[in-house]
Amino acid sequence: MEDLEASDLHPELKKVIRYGYDLFTNTQQLRGEYVFNDMNCSSCHLGEGRVPFSAPVWPAAVTLPDFRGKNQHVNNLEERIAGCFAYSMNGTPPEYGSDEMLALSAYHQWLATGAPMYPDKSIYGRGFPAPEQPETPSYARGEAAYQENCTICHQEDGSGHYENGEYVFPAPWGDGSNNWGAGIARVETMAGFIYQNMPLGQPRSLTGQQAWDIAYYINSQERPQGPRYTGDVAETAERFGPTFHNRSLYGQTREHDGHVLGDHANFGEKGDIQPWNVGMPRFENLSEE
Amino acid sequence: MKTSMWGRLSLLMGACLMASGSIAQEGDAERGEAASATCVACHQANGGGMNISGGESWPRLAGLNSNYIAKQLHDFKAGDRQNATMVTFANMLDDQQIADVAAYYSQLPATPGQGGDNADEALLARGEQLAERGDWNAYIVSCKSCHGPGGQGVGETFPGIAGQHAGYISAQLNAWKNDTRSNDPQNLMGAIAKRMSEEDIQAVSAWYATQPAAEWEATQ
Ligand code: HEC
Ligand code: HEC
Ligand code: HEC
Ligand code: HEC
Repeated sequence: MEDLEASDLHPELKKVIRYGYDLFTNTQQLRGEYVFNDMNCSSCHLGEGRVPFSAPVWPAAVTLPDFRGKNQHVNNLEERIAGCFAYSMNGTPPEYGSDEMLALSAYHQWLATGAPMYPDKSIYGRGFPAPEQPETPSYARGEAAYQENCTICHQEDGSGHYENGEYVFPAPWGDGSNNWGAGIARVETMAGFIYQNMPLGQPRSLTGQQAWDIAYYINSQERPQGPRYTGDVAETAERFGPTFHNRSLYGQTREHDGHVLGDHANFGEKGDIQPWNVGMPRFENLSEE
Repeated sequence: MKTSMWGRLSLLMGACLMASGSIAQEGDAERGEAASATCVACHQANGGGMNISGGESWPRLAGLNSNYIAKQLHDFKAGDRQNATMVTFANMLDDQQIADVAAYYSQLPATPGQGGDNADEALLARGEQLAERGDWNAYIVSCKSCHGPGGQGVGETFPGIAGQHAGYISAQLNAWKNDTRSNDPQNLMGAIAKRMSEEDIQAVSAWYATQPAAEWEATQ
């Protein structure tokens, strides 16, 4: 943020970017209004959304508007941010153009300072690139590796850790975590996140196989229902299979205990609040072509 | 699964797990006070220790987590943490006495950190940055992300470092950096310390020394 202070931007804009930064790193201030789990944006986008291989968020500012497979239409930056609210934060987004939304997108755009718009080369360090996977992932190996490397912070039951009411370690699964529709619920994305970022402070210290095993284990646990739930897990899994769930374990039967993942109507703390952006029709007048 | 009750419950269970831990021995603070007679020369009667500039500082023990204290004493005895001064005194304690002195010091009120007062503003600002936000260009994760908000500690694993003496904090960071302390779980602390410059170490040590440690009772 020192570079922000040093820049020639208008003081009012600096204020708004600082607010966006604050919302990004302490999104819990929106708890109960737009956020209904234990996450901050920076819980997954480490280093304040700047760090390579931790899905730095600025590439969105220079590649959007663009078509997005997940919702099958062209999205802009606000809509992309809204997506992380509805799924990763298990919440509902602030309105387009609202103070919160404007501040967050200003922060994203400021992070992208100097990057060319619509670059023709792929962006270094974008996303959570998954490591190679030598063998099919194993639940048992994943459980053991999770216990050895992760429980000290995230707890054996995946509930994370609060200290004096303040969040310290986020919940990789359970009610305090992201819902079934979030990108990180895909095993490949989770494996990439873990390999590139965890244990905290020791990126790329696990083997690729360990990262896949742990990702498979974590994503075989329960989490809040996704907002696109039709009331039937098999139907939901099928409808959003090609664009999403073919890469998650949603709707599948867990081998060791026969539990069907995502077969419940527990939406977590959000209850029956429906994120307004999910399923919102766009460009209907163009759909004839 | 219909309700969201299980999430709240598991949160509580998590907290208990963190609090009980591996070293199960029950300590008695009164017996601990008696056993601490040999400790006061350095750690002082109030458990506040002392910052000794240019020499070996004595850490404040008052208000630290009891299981953390016990772990350190076991580590000195077992040779997993090396310090010529401390090992003699740790060796004088049996397991029960370790639990007792740990219970005793953990319930003493924390005293202020020393050794940060002479630091200039720029150094303190750098220290605050490392503590609260880290320096991701060097992949230094913020201290806060493990030591908790305000550096007050998280459970028994991540000790409180706010209000600790600057000389002691910098000695420990240097010890990790130079591989002379390596008793941290999963090399969590070592990995961070190795990425810090001498100036970073001075800065963050001074900053935490100027920050108040919350009363231990308040965190119970
Ligand atoms: C639970 C983890 C998680 C949380 C919390 C989270 N995100 Fe994301 N975010 C992801 C994943 C996964 C992706 C997709 C990365 C990929 O492309 O593989 C992503 C992608 C993005 C992108 C697009 C990046 C690109 O390369 O185009 C933006 C922008 C973004 N997130 C913003 C946010 C904001 C703002 C918040 C907080 C409101 C947030 N995210 C919270 C997991 C998360
Ligand atoms: C030293 C503590 C620590 C250890 C050990 C650790 N993590 Fe994390 N983890 C964190 C913190 C802190 C964050 C949030 C990042 C932030 O806020 O800066 C996080 C974030 C995450 C997230 C994204 C948010 C969420 O809860 O879903 C996942 C997934 C995760 N860690 C998985 C793992 C796995 C798997 C391991 C073991 C290989 C692991 N972590 C080890 C501290 C830790
Ligand atoms: C001669 C001085 C001296 C005496 C006496 C002494 N200590 Fe220490 N103690 C130290 C020093 C110096 C350190 C820091 C060691 C290091 O740098 O690793 C220390 C460290 C410790 C630590 C680790 C603190 C932390 O935050 O990790 C504990 C616990 C401790 N002492 C307990 C005791 C107890 C209990 C006694 C009495 C039985 C005692 N000490 C007696 C000098 C002393
Ligand atoms: C990834 C987690 C992690 C991060 C980040 C981290 N620490 Fe630690 N730190 C630990 C653990 C774990 C211990 C306890 C080691 C033990 O059990 O002996 C520790 C211990 C310490 C101690 C010794 C305390 C005592 O009483 O002996 C100091 C000093 C310290 N850390 C300072 C820092 C500072 C300063 C930072 C930020 C630059 C930092 N730590 C960042 C995990 C971390």
